[in-house]
Amino acid sequence: MSRSRLTQSNRAGWTMALPGFGLIAVFIILPFFFAFGLSFTNQRLISPNPTEWVGFDNYRQLMGVGVLTLEPERDDAGAVIRDEDGAIEYPRLRGFTRGNPDYAHLDGMREWTSWQWGEDRVVLLARDVVFMKAVVNTLTFVAVVAPVQAGLALVLALLINQRLRGINVFRTIYFMPVVVSIVVVSLLWRFIYDGNDGLLNNLLSAITFGAFEPVDWLGNPDTALPAIMAMSIWQAVGFHMVIWLAGLQTISPTLYEAAEIEGTSRWQTFRYVTWPGLRNTAVLILIVITMQAFALFAQIDVMTGGGPLDSTQTIVFQAVERGYGKQDISGGSTISVLLFLLVLTISLIQRYLTRERN
Amino acid sequence: MTRTNLMAGTILASALATGAAAQTELSMWYHGAGNEVESEIINRIVGDFNESQDEWEVSLQSFPQGSYNDSVIAAALAGNLPDILDVDGPVMPNWAWSGYLQPLPIDESLIENFLPGTKGEWNGELYSIGLWDAAVAMVTRQSYLDQFDIRVPTLEEPWTLEEFDAALVKIKESGEFAYPLDLGMAWTGEWYPYAFSPFLQSFGGDIVDRETYSTAEGALNGDAAVEFGEWWQSLFERDLVPGTSQDPADRDNGFVEGKYAISWNGNWAALNILNEYGDDTLFLPAPDFGNGPVIGAASWQFGVSATSEHPEGAAAFIEFALQDEYLAAFSNGIGLIPPTESAAEMTENYKEGGPMAVFYELSESQAKLRPVSPGYVVAAKVFEKALADIANGADVQDTLDAAVDEIDADIERNQGYGH
Repeated sequence: MSRSRLTQSNRAGWTMALPGFGLIAVFIILPFFFAFGLSFTNQRLISPNPTEWVGFDNYRQLMGVGVLTLEPERDDAGAVIRDEDGAIEYPRLRGFTRGNPDYAHLDGMREWTSWQWGEDRVVLLARDVVFMKAVVNTLTFVAVVAPVQAGLALVLALLINQRLRGINVFRTIYFMPVVVSIVVVSLLWRFIYDGNDGLLNNLLSAITFGAFEPVDWLGNPDTALPAIMAMSIWQAVGFHMVIWLAGLQTISPTLYEAAEIEGTSRWQTFRYVTWPGLRNTAVLILIVITMQAFALFAQIDVMTGGGPLDSTQTIVFQAVERGYGKQDISGGSTISVLLFLLVLTISLIQRYLTRERN
Repeated sequence: MTRTNLMAGTILASALATGAAAQTELSMWYHGAGNEVESEIINRIVGDFNESQDEWEVSLQSFPQGSYNDSVIAAALAGNLPDILDVDGPVMPNWAWSGYLQPLPIDESLIENFLPGTKGEWNGELYSIGLWDAAVAMVTRQSYLDQFDIRVPTLEEPWTLEEFDAALVKIKESGEFAYPLDLGMAWTGEWYPYAFSPFLQSFGGDIVDRETYSTAEGALNGDAAVEFGEWWQSLFERDLVPGTSQDPADRDNGFVEGKYAISWNGNWAALNILNEYGDDTLFLPAPDFGNGPVIGAASWQFGVSATSEHPEGAAAFIEFALQDEYLAAFSNGIGLIPPTESAAEMTENYKEGGPMAVFYELSESQAKLRPVSPGYVVAAKVFEKALADIANGADVQDTLDAAVDEIDADIERNQGYGH
C-alpha cells in the first residue's frame, strides 16, 4: 500500500530528489563499496603495476597481534641481573622479532604494551603499532568527549532556557564557536597552547602569581590529547546545546506548574520532570556525538600531525596518511572499513541499551 | 549565399585557420602561487617566450606549493596533465615511473655545465632540468664565533663531530641564547629528509641501500645510523636545539632576533639574514661527522608530461628558459644557486667574491642527491616520522627498525619500484 503511494503519486517528488540522490549515490555510496573492494587488493594511488587481489593481507597487516613472555637476563650463577635503578633487565625484543626462525610468527612486530608477571615481562606485540595506538586514542577521545560534551551542553541549555532579558545574547555567544571553521579554531588554539608564549600559559602564570611552570601542551605526549579534547569540546558544545534546548522546550509547562504546586526542589524537578522528557533528545545527542568524535581528523592534521610519539594519532588521520600521503589507497580503504565496522558496532550497542522498553 | 557573403566567409575562415595553426597553446603548471618574486620572474619568462616566436603560446597556471603535488596526482588520475610542469627533484623518479613524465627532448649540450643537482635523471634518461639548485649551510655570525673562541671551518677543514658538539655545549653554558642551534624542526615536510639525511649520510648511514634500492636494512638501522640517532636524540635531551614543538615564527625570525646562535638554514632564507647582519654573516659548511661533509641537492625542476601532444613545443620553452639571464634573475630574486658559472657571474650574490658564492662551491663539492627512487615519496615520510619520534625521546634502535620495516614493506608491495 505505502509502496504504491510512495512511487506512483509522488513522481514529481522523486524527480526533484533525483539529483540529490544521484550525487549521494556517486560520492558516498559508491566509494563506500569501493572501499570494501579495494581493501582486498593492493591498489596504489598511482602505479604502473597492475592491481592484484590479496585477500585479507591488508587486514592481517593492520590487526596482527602477538604475545611474548620475556624471561629476565640471568648471570652465570642464575641470579637475576638488575640495572642501576633496580629494574630487572630483559633481552632486547629485536632478537625475537627480526629474523629469528623460532619466532617466525612474530617477525616484524613491535611492542605495543607490556606488563610485569612475577619476574617475567609479558609483552603484547602488534604488527602495526601506530594503528593500534590510533584506535586506542580514538576510543579514549570518544569515551571522554561524548559524556563531557553532552553534559556540558545540557548544563548550558538549562541555563539559557530561562526567560531573562538578553538571554539571546548568551545563546549567540555559546553558539559562535560552532560557526567558525574547525581549521581556524585549531590554528588559533595552537597559539593558545604554545609552550613558550601561549595565552594559556600566561593566564595560568598570572593567576598563580608566577608559581605555575609553563607547559608545552601540544609537545608533551601526556597533555597533547587532553588539550585537543578540551578544544574540541569547546568548539562543538554550542551545537548540542541548541539540540538540548529544543528538547527542553517540548516539555509541557503544565508539568512544571504541577511540580511547583507539589513543592519539589530544583533537583527533584530536574530528575522527575525534565530528564524523562529529554530521553529521546539524549539518545540522539549521544549517537551524534559518538559518530562525530570518531571522525576526529582536522584538529590533528593542523595542530599536531599525529602528535608527539603517536599520542594524538587517530583512525581517520591514519587512513588519510596511508591512503594519500603514502599512496597506499588499499591500506587507507582497509582502515575505513574497520572504522565503519567499529562505529556500526558501537551505534548498535547504544541503540540496544537505549531502546524503548514497553 | 550571395557571392559577397561567400567571399567574406572564406576570408574569415582562412584567417581563423591560419591564426589557429600559427599559435598552438601549451599549458604549464607552476608551484609558486603566492610567492610574488617567483611569479613575476616566471611570468616574464613566459611572456618573453610567447613574444619571441609565433609557433607556441604558453599559458601559465600557478598553484600553492603545499597542494601542488596532490593537484598533479589528481590531474594524472583524471588524464588532465598540462604540457609543461615543474616537479620537485626527489619526487621526479616517482612521477617518471608512474608514467606522468616523458624524457626531456631538449638539446643536451645546453646543460653540459649545469650543476649535477639540477639534472633529474631516472633509468638513464633525463626527465627534468632545474633553473636553480638549493643548498643548506650553518648560518652564524663572525662575532658569535669570536665571542666563544670557536674556529671558523672551511670547505677543506670543516668541523668534526667533537668540535661541533663542544662548540654547542660552550654556547649553551653561556646562557646568552635560548638555544645554541636551530635545526628548523618547525618546518615539517620535505625539509626533514632534505636537511637531516645529509647528517645521517655523513655518519655513514643512508635512507635506503643505494646499491640495490630494494631495502633499507643496514643503511637506516645499522651501527652508523644508530650512532646518528643517539647523537640526534642527545641534541634535544641536552636542550641544545628547539624540538618538534618549535613555533614556525621562531624558525623564520629566531636567528635574526638573536634567539639562536647558529641556524642550519637554506640559501632561500639567506637574503633575509644578509640584509640584517651584512658582512658579519657567515655561511659555513656542514660538519664532517665521519664520512665526509654532505649537504642536500636538487630543487624544483621543469619537465614535460607524458600525455603532452606537443613535446617539441614544451622542449622549446624549457630551452628558452635555460638562458643565463633568466637563471640569474631567479637567483637574484629568491636567492637560490644558479646552475652555471656564467649565470653566477651575472648575479649579485653568487659572482666571484659575492656573499653567497660559497654556496656554489658547497653545492659543487658536497651535494648529494636524496635517494633516486620512485619509493622516495614513502621513504621520506617514514624518515621524517622516525626523526621526529627520536627527537621526542623514543628508543633509537626500535624506531629505526620500524622505519626500515615500513620502507621495505612498501618497496615489496610495489615490486621493487622498477629498479
